[in-house]
Amino acid sequence: MTSPSVRSTRLDNGLTVIVESLPEVQSTAFSLWVPAGSAYDPSGGSGMASVLCDWMTRGAGDRDNRAFSMALDRLGFQHTEQVSASQMSFGGVCLPEKLAGSMQLTGDMLRAPLLVDDEFEPSIASVMHELQAIEDEPRQKVMLELVRRCYPSPWNQPPEGSVKDVETLTPDAVRSHFTRTICPANAILGIAGRVTFEDAVTAARAAFDSWNTPAAPLLTAGPRGERFAHLHAEAQQTQIGLAFPAVAYRDPDYYAAWAAVSVLSGGMSSRLFTEVREKRGLVYSVYATLSTLRDSGAILCYAGTTNERAQETLDVMLAELARLRDGITPEELKRSQALAKSALVMQQESSSARAGAIARDWYHLGRVTSLDEVQQRIAALTPEQVVDYVKRFPLTEPTIVTIGPTALKT
Amino acid sequence: MTFHHTILDNGLHLVGEDIPQAQSVAFGFFVRAGARDETPEVNGVSHFLEHMVFKGTDKYSAEDVNRLFDEVGANYNASTSEEITMFYAAVLPEYLPETFAVQSAILFPALRESDFDTEKQVILEEIGMYDDQPTYVAYDHAMQQHFSGHPLGQTVLGSRESVGALTSTQMCDYHRARYAAGNIVLAVAGKFDWPTIIELANEHCGHWPAGGADRLVTPAITQPHRLWMTRPHLQQQTVVGFCPAPSSSDPRRFAAEVLSIIVGDDSNSRLFWEIVDSGDADAAEINFHEFEGTGAFLTFLSGEPEQTASNLAAIDRVFAAVNRDGVTVEELEVAKTKLATRLVLRAERPMGRLGQLGGDWLTRREYRSVETDLEELRSITVESMRSLLDHFPLTLQTVVGVGPNTAIEW
Repeated sequence: MTSPSVRSTRLDNGLTVIVESLPEVQSTAFSLWVPAGSAYDPSGGSGMASVLCDWMTRGAGDRDNRAFSMALDRLGFQHTEQVSASQMSFGGVCLPEKLAGSMQLTGDMLRAPLLVDDEFEPSIASVMHELQAIEDEPRQKVMLELVRRCYPSPWNQPPEGSVKDVETLTPDAVRSHFTRTICPANAILGIAGRVTFEDAVTAARAAFDSWNTPAAPLLTAGPRGERFAHLHAEAQQTQIGLAFPAVAYRDPDYYAAWAAVSVLSGGMSSRLFTEVREKRGLVYSVYATLSTLRDSGAILCYAGTTNERAQETLDVMLAELARLRDGITPEELKRSQALAKSALVMQQESSSARAGAIARDWYHLGRVTSLDEVQQRIAALTPEQVVDYVKRFPLTEPTIVTIGPTALKT
Repeated sequence: MTFHHTILDNGLHLVGEDIPQAQSVAFGFFVRAGARDETPEVNGVSHFLEHMVFKGTDKYSAEDVNRLFDEVGANYNASTSEEITMFYAAVLPEYLPETFAVQSAILFPALRESDFDTEKQVILEEIGMYDDQPTYVAYDHAMQQHFSGHPLGQTVLGSRESVGALTSTQMCDYHRARYAAGNIVLAVAGKFDWPTIIELANEHCGHWPAGGADRLVTPAITQPHRLWMTRPHLQQQTVVGFCPAPSSSDPRRFAAEVLSIIVGDDSNSRLFWEIVDSGDADAAEINFHEFEGTGAFLTFLSGEPEQTASNLAAIDRVFAAVNRDGVTVEELEVAKTKLATRLVLRAERPMGRLGQLGGDWLTRREYRSVETDLEELRSITVESMRSLLDHFPLTLQTVVGVGPNTAIEW
């Protein structure tokens, strides 16, 4: 695997620009991470970042809502805006010749959103709709409730906030939140695809050079939610969410944690899929995934199953997870390594996957890990290292959230 | 990009498109078998059979199959629709031979009784999972209503009753009838060498039974239907509507796709500006679905139960206006740019090309390069849109709602 070229620079306003040239793809993508996620919502004002993010898309610079939307579509720019706990992210993918224009419009949105009163109520309504949709999607809700309990505040709140708080937000409060949090100082712009470093930086300068606002406040960690919870719902299936502490992405042990999760849930020969679905037919969907904040991580597990079989499903999952400390076979690790290798190569075929990955690396590590390096670190893992990690971070003390008609024995 | 086509002695069609800059290769078997080919007694058998394929053959056990795919790091899966069952895998080129050997072998599975019974539980879980998701419930029932009396009215998953009563003998019979070489297309996209593909296909598929399979393609006579499925615990009201649209062999299907973008794309479309941007609805979108012999425009609406009636009235007004006045030059140009960008970006990865390559050949014995599609798109005028609307006006002909409302008049 040859590593494509990655270069970075920092603009005067503090925005870091990282560029990966992928001459073999047909597109160019970028991903702008602004440290202004829902963790920065003020107390009693949850959902503020989500409302702000929606409001920012409703006109910027000299374009009103409709003209702005039309300008994005004329470029064929497939854009997304997203709010997570830590970040508000903006970006998308386009044909290479549309990069400068697409970035310019994104710059307008960051520097000079209109934030007019008339568009405020629709933004509130949009976030309220999302909150209602989550209530109707138990699969999504169980994982949000799990995060609420396994991560410290303020990183554990659902980005959409609560109905009670969102209802009270005012245009002025959200405008001042914009001034306080949307700043370039610690923002990261990842650009990947068919573009040279020079052209990418020229486009970034044109779009973001005049973006200047003071740095955002720092956050401190607070409490977590209760370790066990059952939420009542009338449904065909019971949703089960389990979480265990894990290392963060920046930790030297991260790849051992990754391998442990891969043995549990990497492919269809992995343990959870084999034991819960293939041998027992208890579920259609079961998985484990490694999640990370900057300073801590978690293994999150999910299963959805018919109410009558929910207790058995939970028991089988807990037994499988605990069993991991007894050892893994060289073959299991080898399969995880093979999956990682092909996933890394295929990631290079996607400009948007790479733009997101280099921004993520920079956020967590302050540098970009080359694919060669990732490949080497994964290839160098031994079963002993993985088991040693699992013994230090055993999968025996879960945080458990269930949603369904009946609580389970935990 | 070069197109390749070969027919084996048993009638299996092989099609390939090489993407020289790709780093992986994707291949798939497209079987002309889906819910519309089932009799009502065995409804759900196509999808259940898709699962059973991964349970292996006399040579490969279920565990072998999962392990072998994971050992080469394959990105693989399968899907079943009303018309096509497809099995695909994307791998690094050096692993193509062994992946191909497994994937082609399991297309003729052993269908062991014990595997059949366990997997039936998984299918019933899958039915339960979708039953908790209002969007799927609305879609399935709207298809049943819209195509009532027609084979397309049969759901892909089947019901608890039909799947519960299914026997492995019935599945064997169905497999024998549909899985014949002349009813299957092998498609390959990405980095490969065509003579090697022919060699692999001859070695692993050359002995497959020859022959094709009939499909009854009768005209769909659709009548207005209304169905309100009351689910008081839901927060949102979900509505799915259907009306007739061009079929998969109708050249007007490109104009139909463009119409769905102009009127019902998820942003900057007529429905978006009418009710989504304002916050009156959570989502209001149109999708074009093409089938053999017929097609359908799907209208999707979600939002607050008490706003459903006014939103449906707004949708009717938007439909009436476009049916009467057609589309403008400006909105046509923007929609064409959006669609052209999507076509180009989807084609840059082997997996993105595979679906269209195999589907086009299975359905129409036709190869269409991205450039052919782009030319077709450029040739669409406001006049061709007018002619489409004259034959296929947008209406809320069939309407199914899932949510708190009992019945809605608008």
